[in-house]
Amino acid sequence: MSDGATGAAVRLRDVAVRYPEADRDAVGGVDLDVPAGAFVVLLGPSGCGKSTLLRTINRLVLPYRGAIEVGGSDVTESDPETLRRGIGYVIQAVGLFPHLSVAKNIAVVPQLLRWPADAIAARVDELLELVRLDPARYRERLPRELSGGEQQRVGVARALAARPRVLLMDEPFGAVDAIVRTSLQDETLRIHRVLGTTILFVTHDVDEALRLADRIVVMKEGRIEQDGTPLRVLAKPATPYVEALLDAKDAVRRLSLLHARDALRPANGADTAGAPLGAQAYRVEAGATLRTVLSELLEHADAVDVVEDGRRIGTLSFADVRAALLASER
Amino acid sequence: MNFVVRHPVEIAWRTLEHVQLVTIALAVACAIALPVGIFIARNRRLGDVVLGGLNILYTIPSLALLALLVPLFGIGTTTALIALVAYALMILVRNVVAGIRGVPFALVDAARGLGMSTRQTLWRVEIPQALPVMLGGVRLATITLIALATLASWVNAGGLGTLVLYGLQHDDPSRALAGSAIAAALAIAADLALRRLENLVRT
Repeated sequence: MSDGATGAAVRLRDVAVRYPEADRDAVGGVDLDVPAGAFVVLLGPSGCGKSTLLRTINRLVLPYRGAIEVGGSDVTESDPETLRRGIGYVIQAVGLFPHLSVAKNIAVVPQLLRWPADAIAARVDELLELVRLDPARYRERLPRELSGGEQQRVGVARALAARPRVLLMDEPFGAVDAIVRTSLQDETLRIHRVLGTTILFVTHDVDEALRLADRIVVMKEGRIEQDGTPLRVLAKPATPYVEALLDAKDAVRRLSLLHARDALRPANGADTAGAPLGAQAYRVEAGATLRTVLSELLEHADAVDVVEDGRRIGTLSFADVRAALLASER
Repeated sequence: MNFVVRHPVEIAWRTLEHVQLVTIALAVACAIALPVGIFIARNRRLGDVVLGGLNILYTIPSLALLALLVPLFGIGTTTALIALVAYALMILVRNVVAGIRGVPFALVDAARGLGMSTRQTLWRVEIPQALPVMLGGVRLATITLIALATLASWVNAGGLGTLVLYGLQHDDPSRALAGSAIAAALAIAADLALRRLENLVRT
């Protein structure tokens, strides 16, 4: 990709929202700092204010108090349309326009921005490739001719069309089945890595949050209950509510956030480190989660070899896994 | 059939008058119904009031409405057109409102979220989405007006009703029959043509 666009920071100060005729705030004085390029997940049950908070960032919802900055400038400085054209937006219902082809759906924002036609056409193909849909096959299709997963891929492509520096995703994968969801999550992580866009992602699915976030913001009744890395939130839930929501006592769930690379006992001695692999030992990849390692240990052996690029770089035993788990609580 | 063969010029003239009445009334009604319908679709309370008022208008028997209008506008085409426009409005406004209100919230949310203005959202998303329902209203209004326009002859506004009225008054059933049959044929033709158009915009 020739994007080169990096993310913008998002800063919320004392943001409060109340809907007409409601007797309490939907969002009650929230502070949130999202550094440029971060992947922040807003997690909580429905009605906790997470979507409302997200929608204040592109001014689809107006707070009655507080300030919101995107990329250092106050969102009320520009008119809402200009602001929104610079912020990607993906919703659960996808919201592809049924009367427009895939290409025209993706071209909506570039067209609003009056890009030249050839630049738009090139961008559409580039984006279809980014979300792994063959441009030649998909360009002229109508949304209803696509599966749910394909539709949401187009939804993501459309949101990214004008190279936004911030991407807002409101339960984007809530309506697709588990297998498609996993692959869409993988794609989202890959796109985040490639483009460096700041992503704010709303979900009520704890596993999805743990999988995607570099930071989880747990919300309850319009307020932030806890804000931290997935591991931190799991290991040190700030309140009983967070602990219950994340099922934080579940050690195995926490292991899925730790990796073999970080827990291994290095191979000692010049003769064994980086040595060619023996045939007999069980082995795991350095990038595997400790959850996978644990299941290997339970099934096969008291210790497994950790390999990277085909070379053995260390070993892991039950004791090492346990030590890593305990270390994550500190 | 005899009458048609013997008086081709009169038949053609009356048919043309009839089509003219319907077309003008329909055009005026569309021009009013689209903006009014769009405006009240966004405001539930106002919408219910306007639709309620139009509903009352619709329940007035057509001949009675003509009788009510004559003292105000006299005898002639104007009176007939006002009555026809009033009936068409009811159907058209109701369908514009239903069409616009029927656009899924997700589409409007997506359009706004992508940075379309209210006007762009209306023209690029809401109206295209509501078009099949709106055209359904146009079809219904057209058929209704073709039938109602036969009453225009009561206020001396011409049209195929003239044949019917004259035929009944002068014991000339073939003349009356010719007028009715052509009006019916017009209605069926309009129905078929507009149905095809509806299917065209649906896909």
